[in-house]
Amino acid sequence: MVYSLPEEVLEHVFSFITLDKDRNAVSLVCKSWYEIERWCRRRIFVGNCYAVSPSIMTRRFPEVRSVELKGKPHFADFNLVPEGWGGFACPWISEMSRAYPWLEEIRLKRMVVTDESLELISTSFKNFKVLVLSSCEGFSTDGLAAIAANCRNLRKLDLRESEVMDLSGHWLSHFPNTCTSLESLNIACLGSEVSFSALERLVGRSPNLKILRLNRAVPLEKLSTLLCRAPQLVELGTGAYSSGIRSDVYSSLSKAFLGCKELKGLSGFWDVDPSYLLAFYSVCSRLTSLNLSYATIRSPDITKVISQCPNLQRLWVLDHVEDSGLNAVALSCKDLRELRVFPSDPYIADANVTLTEQGLVSVSEGCPKLQSVLYFCRQMSNSALITIARNRPNLICFRLCVIEPRAPDYLTLEPLDVGFGAIVEHCKELRRLSLSGLLTDRVFEYIGRHAKRLEMLSIAFAGNSDLGLHHVLSGCDGLRKLEIRDCPFGDKALLANVAKLETMRSLWMSSCAVSYGACKFLSQKMPMLNVEVIDENGSLDSRFDSCPVEKLYIYRTVAGPRSDMPGYIRTIDRDRVNTIS
Amino acid sequence: MDRKRSSLNLFEDIDLNYKATELRLGLPGTDDQPEIKTSLSGNKRSSSEMESSTCTDENESRSASPTKEQVVGWPPVRSYRRNIVQGKKESSEMGSGMYVKVSMDGAPYLRKVDLKMYRSYEELMEGLQKMFKCIIGLYSEREGYNGSQHAPTYEDKDGDWMLVGDVPWEMFITSCKRLRIMKASEARGLDDSL
Repeated sequence: MVYSLPEEVLEHVFSFITLDKDRNAVSLVCKSWYEIERWCRRRIFVGNCYAVSPSIMTRRFPEVRSVELKGKPHFADFNLVPEGWGGFACPWISEMSRAYPWLEEIRLKRMVVTDESLELISTSFKNFKVLVLSSCEGFSTDGLAAIAANCRNLRKLDLRESEVMDLSGHWLSHFPNTCTSLESLNIACLGSEVSFSALERLVGRSPNLKILRLNRAVPLEKLSTLLCRAPQLVELGTGAYSSGIRSDVYSSLSKAFLGCKELKGLSGFWDVDPSYLLAFYSVCSRLTSLNLSYATIRSPDITKVISQCPNLQRLWVLDHVEDSGLNAVALSCKDLRELRVFPSDPYIADANVTLTEQGLVSVSEGCPKLQSVLYFCRQMSNSALITIARNRPNLICFRLCVIEPRAPDYLTLEPLDVGFGAIVEHCKELRRLSLSGLLTDRVFEYIGRHAKRLEMLSIAFAGNSDLGLHHVLSGCDGLRKLEIRDCPFGDKALLANVAKLETMRSLWMSSCAVSYGACKFLSQKMPMLNVEVIDENGSLDSRFDSCPVEKLYIYRTVAGPRSDMPGYIRTIDRDRVNTIS
Repeated sequence: MDRKRSSLNLFEDIDLNYKATELRLGLPGTDDQPEIKTSLSGNKRSSSEMESSTCTDENESRSASPTKEQVVGWPPVRSYRRNIVQGKKESSEMGSGMYVKVSMDGAPYLRKVDLKMYRSYEELMEGLQKMFKCIIGLYSEREGYNGSQHAPTYEDKDGDWMLVGDVPWEMFITSCKRLRIMKASEARGLDDSL
């Protein structure tokens, strides 16, 4: 007996299901559910833009309102991915402009976006609301001008950390006087000055503006003007935070901050003059998010600020905070969820900064809700890591960077295997882990055994042999992204775990020991994978099978090999493999 | 314990199969090779300086921690965070070296050059011409780069696009943020406005 609910009812039920995972599960129940679901899916997330083609997406999901795409591998952030690698947004935007006239939101990360694409966005989607370009490049302020001019209902323009060709600051003036819908504007990455009067007017006519992140070029003297126009701001990124010694600037700034009753997040603070720090004291007790990672102020000043912020949930800071500052965090910020400590001077061997493993241990002791850590330091010990693990079994993200590659436990001179082992053993919900320091295959044994929820793992200068990689590939059931550099991992582990690679989004290996022959074999065996070999040094054609590849990027895909690669990248073509061997 | 043993066994089984399918790491005609040692970091490698390393590269022993030398992409800090302490804007990729992006109109992808590698405009032009296989020609104060197909321009600290060659070399390398080799037809417009 077949019984089914009417389509409209099912559609209504599905509208409450928002997570992609759940939506995907719904679509697998039966054919009719697949059909209903695909017509009512409104948000698409594509974690690897080469895993699927734009037309496959538009064919299956015809009524999408929001698309999020990611392009280059994560290691592109650290210049390991050569220029011209790919991640071009153009074909996606062209296809979406054709298929989704009602598209409202586009979010791109690590993709190459051109001015032409931005212009196309601005003219194709009548109801366009949200544009987020995270770590993107390839466009200029001309493209931004098109967005400003044509998107009548624009709510969010967020350029976070993108590389923009700054041709002129006048693009901001292209927002028409009738545009009053802006809720979020992030131009922090722009190098040159934007027209301040245009900015002021824009802020003044945007009553819903909640997030405003200025760029460095906006001088401190002008900040209070903007704040007075937008006292409803929830998140503010300042520009340069210094001025000559001017009491009028200080007092007007202080007064302006006093008026911002909703302010919960602060960032910016380039070129900080400590004497202006007190200006935002009135806001501190409400702050949940504070980003001082560009502020080169010293520990006593940082500590003064932090001790005023009991409701802080997220803190990003330079290592100038030192252990003493982190002790203050442990005492004052009992609601802290996320801590990131960046290195002020990453390239010198001995920075004049007293930030050690102790700071992180203190925070792990004092902050019971700490979930996410990114920590750069110059020394670490197994005992500290074990303490941290025992204190904070609720960690979800743990990224530790001991700055010197292969640095051992500074107390015992042993590898940090046991320390990281404790982290994965105690923190059962750990989803993201970055390793550093001296590590042998043993740490990977621990990871394979315990890190069952791990989704992303970053490895550098670690391990002894293929066994290390094998432990990870065979043990980490939830692994989606694996990125490896400068490790002695070769063919054996990969070839012993070929099926695993199809369950993951991607694998990056650079400066390891994988041979060209193994790549060919892998490509032949696994038609659902693109095995891309990157070789900037010489011709890929003249490679012997035994040669180690320089860089390797393997990802699952239903779109076949991509056709937009520069000459130094090759997808190992299965047909070629057959004819050669 | 059992699990550990079985996973190792699996690994060994696969290893046997591996041999049975006669995939080797060695060159054809040689016996089974020990694992290839990688040339591990310790050498400064940049994406634009192509040291020609072949597969018969030397087996480098693991060096002591390279504190003074710099490794590409390590520590993993985004480029816009790198020069905060000095308060200067991003103008170099690593601590030493002054890498700037170079684009050429019509080329599918960009390159990077280290301005510190050159001591004069002539050397820079030579380097660019080699890299992009183009002819730039000689500079003259009056004519700019007339008489050639391409003209080199650069973006300075203020975000303006300037013709390469007008200012003293030292001043140029401190203010140059990126280079662009324009088609001469476009560059003439630039010239006329100077």
